[in-house]
Formats: sequence, structure tokens, C-alpha cells
Amino acid sequence: MARRTLIQKLEILADAAKYDASCASSGSRKRNSVGTNGIGSTEGMGICHSYAPDGRCISLLKILLTNFCIFDCRYCINRSSSNVQRERFSVEEVVKLTLDFYKRNYIEGLFLSSGIIRSPNYTMEQLLEVARSLREDHGFRGYIHLKTIAEADPELIRLAGKHADRLSVNVELPSEQGLTHYAPEKSGQTIRKAMADIRYEIDNVKDAKASRILKRAKPPAFAPGGQSTQMIVGADASSDADILNSSARLYAGYGLKRVYYSAYSPVPDASADLPPIRPPLIREHRLYQADWMFRFYGFTTAEITSVADNGMLDLDVDPKLSWALRNRGLFPMDINRASYKELLRIPGLGPTSAKRIVAARRHTRLTLDDLGRIVRSLKTVRPFITASGWSPGKLTDTADLKQRFLPAPKQLDLFT
Amino acid sequence: MIAAELEHETDFGGWRRLARGLLAEAIAPDAVDWKIQGAPSDLLSAATFQPSAAKPASPMRVSKRFIDLARRTICHTDPQRFARLYHILFRLQARTLHIDQVTDDDIRWLMSCDKAVRRDIHKTHAFVRFRETGTDPDGRETFAAWFEPTHRTLELSAPFFQRRFPNMDWIIVTPDRTACWDGRSLRFSEGGQRSDVPPDDAVEDQWRTYFRSIFNPARLKISAMTSEMPRKYWKNLPEADLIPELIATAPTRARSMQAQPLLAPNPLATHLDRQRAAQAAPAPTLETFAGIRSAISACQRCPLCKDASQSVSGEGPEDARLMIVGEQPGDQEDIAGRPLMGPAGQLLDTMLAEAGLDRSAAYVTNAVKHFKFTPRGKRRMHQRPNAGEIDTCRWWLDLERQQVQPDLIIALGASAARGVLGHSVRISDVRGKIQPVPGGASLLVTVHPAYLLRLPDADRALTERQHFAQDLRMARSFLDGAVKGTNCREGNGAAKVT
Repeated sequence: MARRTLIQKLEILADAAKYDASCASSGSRKRNSVGTNGIGSTEGMGICHSYAPDGRCISLLKILLTNFCIFDCRYCINRSSSNVQRERFSVEEVVKLTLDFYKRNYIEGLFLSSGIIRSPNYTMEQLLEVARSLREDHGFRGYIHLKTIAEADPELIRLAGKHADRLSVNVELPSEQGLTHYAPEKSGQTIRKAMADIRYEIDNVKDAKASRILKRAKPPAFAPGGQSTQMIVGADASSDADILNSSARLYAGYGLKRVYYSAYSPVPDASADLPPIRPPLIREHRLYQADWMFRFYGFTTAEITSVADNGMLDLDVDPKLSWALRNRGLFPMDINRASYKELLRIPGLGPTSAKRIVAARRHTRLTLDDLGRIVRSLKTVRPFITASGWSPGKLTDTADLKQRFLPAPKQLDLFT
Repeated sequence: MIAAELEHETDFGGWRRLARGLLAEAIAPDAVDWKIQGAPSDLLSAATFQPSAAKPASPMRVSKRFIDLARRTICHTDPQRFARLYHILFRLQARTLHIDQVTDDDIRWLMSCDKAVRRDIHKTHAFVRFRETGTDPDGRETFAAWFEPTHRTLELSAPFFQRRFPNMDWIIVTPDRTACWDGRSLRFSEGGQRSDVPPDDAVEDQWRTYFRSIFNPARLKISAMTSEMPRKYWKNLPEADLIPELIATAPTRARSMQAQPLLAPNPLATHLDRQRAAQAAPAPTLETFAGIRSAISACQRCPLCKDASQSVSGEGPEDARLMIVGEQPGDQEDIAGRPLMGPAGQLLDTMLAEAGLDRSAAYVTNAVKHFKFTPRGKRRMHQRPNAGEIDTCRWWLDLERQQVQPDLIIALGASAARGVLGHSVRISDVRGKIQPVPGGASLLVTVHPAYLLRLPDADRALTERQHFAQDLRMARSFLDGAVKGTNCREGNGAAKVT
């Protein structure tokens, strides 16, 4: 096999990495390179340096060290039984690529993952070497996200957290049966054990921070950007309720920063037992909305899934509206009296507008007009609130209220 | 009319000084004509305002929040910004307006300007693309970028690049201003043009390749892209001219993936399968401690293994005279993989020490090896294992007991007692008695330390604690009195000294 150029390798190993949805570069410790001989900064808020036409942001250089893999996970483009082209970067190549891209302001940092070669430990050591070299040889202070090989030794995970801002272990499929069937070499318990190991180290740093005597003394960081995971949606038979319950357990158990939902997408040379489908993008979107309701709107998973018929969220309207339509007894709410938490339950209001409402009503009794100056659109809000001079009357309880929120009917595409 | 003259378009310092002076003289907003020095004015006759040097009679105060908002809003391109900011300041001072009044038109204008400027700064941080121009005499790499911000924000956005790239020399050229960093100071000068920056950079080809390859043609979502990366920025992004072609070919590429015939699996997979089968670890033996531990770690005898992180085996010397059985791992035990090390475990440690018992000489384990919980927000709430789960897990506890052969077992709580005995007992019925149990050893049943931590009433907690301490002292004197192996054990009569 002729040796490929760096660009050819990049083509293969970026293509192999694109099915991982995570791209966050936020939430890490603030730092910059002033007064050092290094390069890079992380300033809390992440930056998306570009967007691909699939709507996903490009914040990090997301590549695999290699797409050779000894595992045969059916949903994965890099599974051992696939006939894709295989390639491998050297550690130096990844380091150089990262720095070259970073200096030109293309990226916030590196998201490095890998197929498993030789053994999980060997692979993890290679990933670690890239991170170590960037940090120690080049004084790189940008963002590093390392995919953690769940089967690797806990000691390697400990070392990874020293260099990386974020670590992630992918759950991939929400159910144990799904994993057994589609990813025979993986086990849910190994994955959860790896997450537990990461949380253990993160908790240790938190404890050390809380108990230090000198406030200026900082304990060495461990993955200050936390950990995240990804679940594939639509590859196995799991329902939305299964997925959300699984997320709730992961958020509670491992303090995850994010659970990413990735609609199963056709890959070249798909496996026979997972035929290529159209990625369920709307379903993915609804799951993200439900995830947000759970994390930022004070809903419990039980509340969200209570409106999911047969465990599936309504694809036509967002889950919060869906919940409100089925709990109309709680509405309309008076926006001049409702607490912040109650405001968050009104369809069409988010944390930003709820905070503004709370601030604005100190000065005046809000009318529907006033509210129109705070929220982007009144269409969703109107049936669920009363305001000074506005009452929805029978509107809240009309039988066809849901119909008002549905998009105009569209002709079906003949060719899908 | 009075003319208020500013030095340049983003002269926040000047605006602040003039606004202070105007306010001190209580000059109404509509009597002021704000202009830039040298710019033609329609009011030729208007006198230029000079703030008086004297301090105003009463100090003027305005919130820091307003100052921050004004500093950014000055960089907006709205030609009315100076006048409008003064108008808002005037109203704030007159207390006819509050900064939180988001329904007021002035505040809405202020907020929308601020948002636009902040977004512009953010997009500058995101979309500036440096091109390498060589190395300077000191060996520092030099870079240049051409960028067209929507507002006059370069002075607000450039310090970010200074913090990020202090060890490269760079300039950012925009139509209005140029920012230049040489490793010592960040300087701003007149604007420039596109041709001031080299037209290409070797690394751009790699970047374009990356952009093309990271795009997934099966999930086209153009509006999601354009809402965050509006077309106005595309002309200065080296990757953007790929976008039309990527969009145009995406449906065909996605369909061809779907239509692709199934290929025979890569022979590598079969080879690996065979290799794995040959290397498969033998089933662990249950004759040794290590074997039992590894069997426990793979346990799937009940559904609890589906949600817990790991099974938690017992720990301690294999020939311990004392065995302590808890209920099940809690949140922290599940994470650390060690029994009784959370808050309840720590309480137990203290109280064992007080009773003169050494935890490290005892074998500590749980009746149930996996953590049972329900998630609630960011926490996992412990759930009591049911009788079925305890009985299933008894299999492991029995094996551990056979290996350790303790003289005394302390069961912490009802679940632990069931794990040892195989049937439920009421703690109050059996507490305070040490009784022999089938399978060797004697049993002392007491409460779980978590129970002591949960009692809200301080007096009650104290009594219960004393009671618990009393139980532990009883265990201590039992162990002091009994000799290892004298307890209903056959064949293993020789005393082990611990």
C-alpha cells in the first residue's frame, strides 16, 4: 500500500470521526498563555469556529488516531468487519495538525478518539501521548477532549484527566440488550465503571478544593470540563422513554455535563443487521428538548415521559408544549404572579425570558403587549397565560388547541 | 443647541466625560448635537460644549451595568448611539427609567445593541482566519488576518487574541481599524484592505479537507448552519466556498450509501473473532477468594447489575475473625468500588475504633453487591433492596463466609440480617443477643449506621448512638472471650491468631 499523504489521512480519519456528536469546548477552567511560552486559552464559553452544512458546529479538530479497530460494533463505521479504508496518524502528526489549525484560529482544540488497536490499554496510551505532548512539549493551553477507552486500565484514565479538559465514554446504546446484540465486545457495566472512575477522580479534586487551607493553592485539575457521553438514537429498538430514563440515571450517577443524542445515520458499508436508514433527525431534536427540560426547566423524567405515548415523544410539537397540552388544568398562569419556576413551565418561555419577566414586573404590571417585547413570539404563550388585560378565555381548553401549533401540511416526498 | 464633539467613532472615554459634564449642567438630551471631530455638522452655529473643570455639587452615580452596556453600545454602527445613550442616562438619573425595565423602548434598544455587539465580538473570535506570513528576526512566527466585523468592535475583540497567541506576532486588518501585536503591546491603527494580507496559506488545504470530511451528507440542516454562520461572513472563510457543492451533492451521496450493496465482512473480523475465542478467559473458580471476587464482578444474577457502576465485593483479611455485613453499596461505594466508605461507613469506622475494634482486621461486605437507586435530579436516591434481591445475592455472601470463616458476624440492619439468616427478623427482637448461626460463626444484629445519620431528633440520635456503641462493645468482648475456631466449626480447630 502506497503511503498516503497527510491530507489523505486527514480525509479518512476525519470522516471516521464525524459520527460523534460532541463538539463542546466550554465549561473548563479559565486559562491563557500570557506570560508563558505556550499557546492557547480557554475562557469559559466555547467558540464554534465554523459550521458544516449538517448544522453541526466545528469547534474542535475531531479526528481518530486510527480507524483500525478490533471491536465489531455493528453501528460503527470503523467496526472490524467493515471494508472502509484504514489509516493511522502518528502522534507527531496529530500534534502538528492541532497546532497548525490552532494558530490559524480554525479550532478551539482537539477532540481525539480512536479505534482500538492491539489492546485497549495500548490505544489509551497512544491517546495520552498526544495530549501529553501537546501540553508538556508545546505548552498548549487550548481545549483537549479525550475519548476514554472504557476497557482501559483506571490508572490510564487518571492520567488522561490530568491533561484533558473533558473525558467522555460513550454509552452508545441505552439498553444492555442493545449492547449485547450490536456491540458484542462492549458491556454496559464496563462503560459505567469507567464513568465511575472518572467521577471518582473529579470528586477527589472537588474535595481537595473544598478542604484546602490556602485559598490560593489550587489542587491539580482533573478533567475540569467534566465528562459527557453519547447515545445513538434509532439503531436499536429503545423508546424515547428508555433513552431519557437512561440519561437521568447517567446524569444522577456520574455528574455528566452532557448526554449527546446522535441520530443513527447511514454509514458507508453498513452492517447487514443495521440497514442504512434516514437519520431520525426530528426524534433526535425532541430528545434534546426533553433533555433541556430535565436539566434547565425543572421537569422530572417521569413528567416528560408521562406524555410520551408508547414511550415515544410527540414528533409534531415540542415536549414542553406537549406536556402543557395534557396538563391544561394548571393553565392559564398569571405572568404577573407566577414564580420563576412556574414561568419555566409555560410553553414559549425559557430561562432568559422568565428572568426578564421577573425583573420587568417589579416596575409595571405586564400586559400581553409588554410580554410581546420580551419573548420572540406570542403564538405559543398566549393560550397558557393571563396578563394585565389579557385572558385566554376558552382558548386554553379548546379541543383543537394542538392543531394551532402544527406546521402547515406538506406533500410527502415520493422518493424517500 | 450645543454640539458635543467626540474624537472618533468609538470614543467611549470622550462620551463619558461629555455626558458627565452635560448632566452636571442639566442639559436636556434633545438640546445636544453629538458629532465626531471633523465630521460635517448640520448645525454650523452650535457652540462646542466644554465640560466645566469644577466638580459637580452632587456626585453622579450610575450602575456599573449601564457603563458596561454603554461601552459596548458605543461600538455599534447605529448613528444615533451617542444621543440615545445620553438620553437613557438622563432618564436613569431622573429616575424615570430603570435598567431592568425591559419593556421600555429605550432599554430594548440598548439591549439589542449590546446583544449585536457581543455577538459581533464573539463571531470575530470565531471567524478570524490567520495566514502565516513568515518568521520575524527573533524567530517568532508572524500571522495576518483580514476580517470585516459588522460593528466597530475590533478594540473589544482583539485582546482575546493577545491572551491566546502571545507568542506569535499577528495583525488583524479590518476596514476601520487594524490591531497589531508584537509580543509587547497591542496597538491599534487605521484600517486597511484585503490586499494587506497574503491570499493563501499552505495549511488552508488541510483545513478545507477537514471541513469536507467532517460533514455528514446524510443529515443536511442548512438553516442550522446559516443561523450561526450567516452568509455575510463566508467571503473571508477559506472553507466556505466548499459549502454550495457539499449541499448540492449531499442527497446523492446519502442515497448512494443507502443503495450500496452489502459487502462480505472484512476477513479481519473473522480472524479477530477466532483469536478472541482462543483467548477467552476461563470461568472463574469459586474455590479461591480471587475467583469469587472476579465472579462477583461479573454477576448478572438479578437486574440490579443493569444500572449500577460495578459490583462491590467485600474487603479485608481472608482470615478475619470479625465479619461486618452492611446492606448494599451506596452512591459513593458504587463509584469507588469499596464497601462502607461513604458517610455511614465513616461513622462506622469512628464507632468501631471507639469500641476498640479495628476495621482493617475485619472483613467488611454487603448483603447485596450492587447499588439499587432511583435517579432524582443530580443525585441517586438509595432504594432498599427487596427480599428477592437479598436472597439472590446470598449466594455470594455465603461464599464469602465460607472463605473467611469468621467467629462473629455483625449484621448492620434488617437487610444484612436477612442476608446472613435467609429469613427476615425484626431488629428489636434479636438485638443485644449473640447467637450461633448455621454455617458456623455467631451473629450479632444491630442497626445500620445510616439509620443513625438519618434521625432528625438530636436526643433520639444520641440514645441510638449509645445503643449502637453498646452493641459494638458487646462484639468486642465476645471476640476477646472466644478463640478463633471454637465456634461450631469442625475440622478447622486450630486457633488462628489475628
